[in-house]
Amino acid sequence: MMVVSANRLIEGDAVWLTADGGFTPRIEAAAVFEGAQAEAALAGAAARQAEVVGAALAPVEMRGGVPVPTHFREAFRTRGPSNYDHGKQAG
Amino acid sequence: MFDHAPPADAAPDLDPAAFLAARNAQFRAQVARRLDGSLTEDEFKPLRLMNGVYLQLHAYMLRVAIPYGSLNPDQMRALADIAERWDKGYGHWTTRQNIQFNWPKLSDIPDMLDRLAQAGLHAIQTSGNTIRNVTADHFAGAAADEIADPRPVAELIRQWSTDHPEFQFLPRKFKIAITGSPNDRAVTKAHDIGLRMVTRDGAPGFEVVVGGGLGRTPMIGKVLRDFLPRADLLPYLEAIVSVWNLLGRRDNKYKARIKITVHEHGIDAIRERVEARFDALRPLFGGEDQAVLAALEARFAAPELSDRPVDPYEEARAADPVFRAWSDTNLAPHRAPRHAIVTVSMKAHGATPGDCTSAQMRVLADLAERFGHGDIRISHEQNVILPHVHRADLPELHAALRAAGMGTANVGLASDIIACPGMDYCALATARSIPVAQGIATRVEELRIEHEVGPMKIKVSGCINACGHHHLGHIGILGLERAGVETYQITLGGDATEEMALGARMGPGFAYDEVVGAVERIMRAYLDLRAEGEVFADTVRRLGTAPFKAALYEEARDAA
Repeated sequence: MMVVSANRLIEGDAVWLTADGGFTPRIEAAAVFEGAQAEAALAGAAARQAEVVGAALAPVEMRGGVPVPTHFREAFRTRGPSNYDHGKQAG
Repeated sequence: MFDHAPPADAAPDLDPAAFLAARNAQFRAQVARRLDGSLTEDEFKPLRLMNGVYLQLHAYMLRVAIPYGSLNPDQMRALADIAERWDKGYGHWTTRQNIQFNWPKLSDIPDMLDRLAQAGLHAIQTSGNTIRNVTADHFAGAAADEIADPRPVAELIRQWSTDHPEFQFLPRKFKIAITGSPNDRAVTKAHDIGLRMVTRDGAPGFEVVVGGGLGRTPMIGKVLRDFLPRADLLPYLEAIVSVWNLLGRRDNKYKARIKITVHEHGIDAIRERVEARFDALRPLFGGEDQAVLAALEARFAAPELSDRPVDPYEEARAADPVFRAWSDTNLAPHRAPRHAIVTVSMKAHGATPGDCTSAQMRVLADLAERFGHGDIRISHEQNVILPHVHRADLPELHAALRAAGMGTANVGLASDIIACPGMDYCALATARSIPVAQGIATRVEELRIEHEVGPMKIKVSGCINACGHHHLGHIGILGLERAGVETYQITLGGDATEEMALGARMGPGFAYDEVVGAVERIMRAYLDLRAEGEVFADTVRRLGTAPFKAALYEEARDAA
């Protein structure tokens, strides 16, 4: 299972593609894709250069009905830096 | 203090302010074209990189050049303004004497660059395949062991290399460092070109070292010329970069740095080509560079130093153990004995190495004006230096630093750790480095052992690119990904000085939650093994790494 991860063009913050075609700063609200569907979603996001940059697929698993990254790098992107709370985790 | 304002008689086309204004206007238009869709990201990326703008994990990052690590108070205040107005209220001193802002919006960066330009600063050539910010000994112009101040030469190199038309699309980035002292604090042998100021028969010149570098293929630089007359410097540098520009590999970025070119062709073949190119270039340098250098030397004139008594310093040392501990670790000998070079630790235990808040920047600017002749340096070890402080002023300075959270007495000790941004910020990182440094610093503070352990250089990198100089740490830590988790390799015996050595890898890596304990075992082994008066690096040299390896892994096995 994959989510489409990217950074917003102007702000540069981490966002994920949603089921309705938007981008959300909370991975819990991201759409989950598999196989060819994921590749198609990535291509679509990568083409939206006026909104995002650095689109890429990130593996997830479902926990409690929401996607959770399976790789620590993407997990950091969902929270912010771990040295002290001043990214997304700071609200 | 170097006055960055252009000379009154500067020709209009050489006016730095006009140059920066034009360059910033150009980038502002490029950002606008990216935002209105006229430029794709592929088209825009090389343009933003040429202006120091990266895309990191959580945001954009703007890297600002601090020429040879030297700032004046107004420049420091400009950095504070930028951090406060357009970022999250702090900046991060880097291992190349620069500053990085971790949270700018792309649309704000042109305004940030304009604010920098007001203070004579910029972000040009802080990224991309160009000649990067030239770095220098952070004690330049003040150190007791110095032969000559390297900053005028560093400024000459900066002016020569900035926007040099031949060197904007090099095979890879190119880094130059210079020292004016025999005791190398500028890591010159790990740079593409390292320059050591020397004299021969009373004449000034340079030892030129080429092909050093860290990263995935660490190499110690080799001597290309043991004595280069001072007047030949720019044509010789131009010859080196020109030869590499043609020979350097563009088919594989991992083999593009000049260290690989030197390795593949051999130092003798490179020398032959450089000397031939130098012979062709030398007549083209008609002496204007030397006139510029002479003018620069006048602008770097040493401050007038007071000869008043140092009684308040001696009295504070006798009365205040906190001051005494700080003055034992954070002061270095100044060429004028009644003065000291102050290293302000940006490594409070548990804090992010190299982070500095806007408020702290303003305090540093004020203190530099009040006590330090307006001179501020940033070290590659991510600390701030006030190079000319009279010893009588040290108690007051120390009190002001403590009040601002900058009074930590740990320079050169185990918690004075170099750490790259790692996976907390950097898109290239394979593991975190900052929390590892925080964990080690917190542990040694909790155990109160770092003053007993004594001088120790710990350097942490979050990937093989080695921005944290881990190869050169007495204890080096490299964070990697193995099977989907962070793993840390430990090396021992590295040395960043003129006796440069690469650390030896100890063995299998440690998990994130094991690495602090592993470092503690090395320290405890040292305390058991050291001879009378022997520092950690000397014990490793005397005994080799075997007893430390045993301490690292046997105790780990016992615990399993």
